Amino acid sequence: MSAPELLAVAGQFALLSLLAFGGVNAILADSQRILVLQRGWLDEAGFAQAVALGQAAPGPNIMVVGVLGWMAAGPLGLLACLGGVLLPSTLLVWRFARWAEANRSHPLLLAFQRGCAPLVLGLSLSGAWVLVQPYTQAGWPAWTLVAAVAWGSARSKLPPLAWLVLGALGGVFGAW
Amino acid sequence: MCNRLALQGFGGILAVAQHEFVERERWLSDTEFLELMAAAQALPGPNVINLSIMLGQRHFGWRGVLAVLGGLLLLPGLLVVALAALASHQLHRPEVQGALRGMGLVAAGLLLGASWKLALPLRRSLLGPWAVAGLVLASLLLSAALRWPLVAVVALVGGLGMALAARKA
Repeated sequence: MSAPELLAVAGQFALLSLLAFGGVNAILADSQRILVLQRGWLDEAGFAQAVALGQAAPGPNIMVVGVLGWMAAGPLGLLACLGGVLLPSTLLVWRFARWAEANRSHPLLLAFQRGCAPLVLGLSLSGAWVLVQPYTQAGWPAWTLVAAVAWGSARSKLPPLAWLVLGALGGVFGAW
Repeated sequence: MCNRLALQGFGGILAVAQHEFVERERWLSDTEFLELMAAAQALPGPNVINLSIMLGQRHFGWRGVLAVLGGLLLLPGLLVVALAALASHQLHRPEVQGALRGMGLVAAGLLLGASWKLALPLRRSLLGPWAVAGLVLASLLLSAALRWPLVAVVALVGGLGMALAARKA
C-alpha cells in the first residue's frame, strides 16, 4: 500500500467521519466495504477480529477504527484511518457547540434529531450483519453465543468487556 | 480527568460519562447533560467525544477542547496499539485464533444488543411506527444487502426521515 493509497483511504474515512451518526456502529459496514471489498487490505475474518479487539480495549469505541487501520496497514494505517475519521467531525462539532448554545430549539435541529434516529438503528443492524458474515458456516454453538450475547447485553448492564472475555475464554478452549 | 473517564470505559462510556460529569465533578446538571447528549447524538462522530468537545468548549474554550481530546484518545490509543501489535504477532496460534473468533462473535451479539436499546425509544417516535420501520429496513437493506456507499444511504434515508419529521412537527 503506497502513500497515495493511504491518503485516499484517509480521505474516505474523513467522509465517513461526517456520516457517523451515533458513533462508530453506523460506519462499520462501510469501513468493511472500503478495507475488505475495495482495497483488500483485510479479509472478512480479519475485519471481525479487529473490530472485536478495538471493542475489548478501554476508551471510546471509535478506537475500533484505529485498530482496523493498524491491522490493515500498520502504524501509518492507524494514522490514516483514525486521523481521517476524527478530524472532520471534531471540527464540525466544535463549531456546532457554539451555534447550538444560542439556538437550542431551532426547528431544523429537531427535525434532524428525529428524522435521523431510524437511520442510526438500521445502520447499526447492518454493522452486526457484516460482522457475522465470516462465521456463517459456524455451527450452532456460535449462533447460540451471538443470540445469548445480544439478549443478555440488551437486558443487563454488564460492561461489554465481560461478554468479550467470555467469548475469548470459550474460544481458547475451542467451544465455538 | 478525562483519562479517568476513558480508562473506565470499556466499549462504551456513556454511563461513566454521566457519572463523572454530573455526579462527581458537578460540571453539569442532569438536564444540561441530557441536552448536550441529544446534540452529541444528532451530530456525526463518536457521541462521547462530541459530548466532551462541547463540554470542553463551554467551560474552558479551545484549550479545554484540546485537553479533552488528548485525555480521551492518547492513553487508550497507546493501549489499543499495544494490544493489536501483541495479537498480530501471535495470530498463528490456535488459542489466539479461537479467542479472536469468540470475540468476533461476541462483537456481533453486542451490536445486536445495542440495536435493541436504540429501538426502544424509537417506539415513541413522532414519525409513527410504520415510517420508522420502513426507514430502518430501507437503511439495513441498502447498506447490508446492496452494499450502497454510506453517503448514498444517509442522503436518501436520512433526507427522507428529516422531511417526514419536518412535516409532522
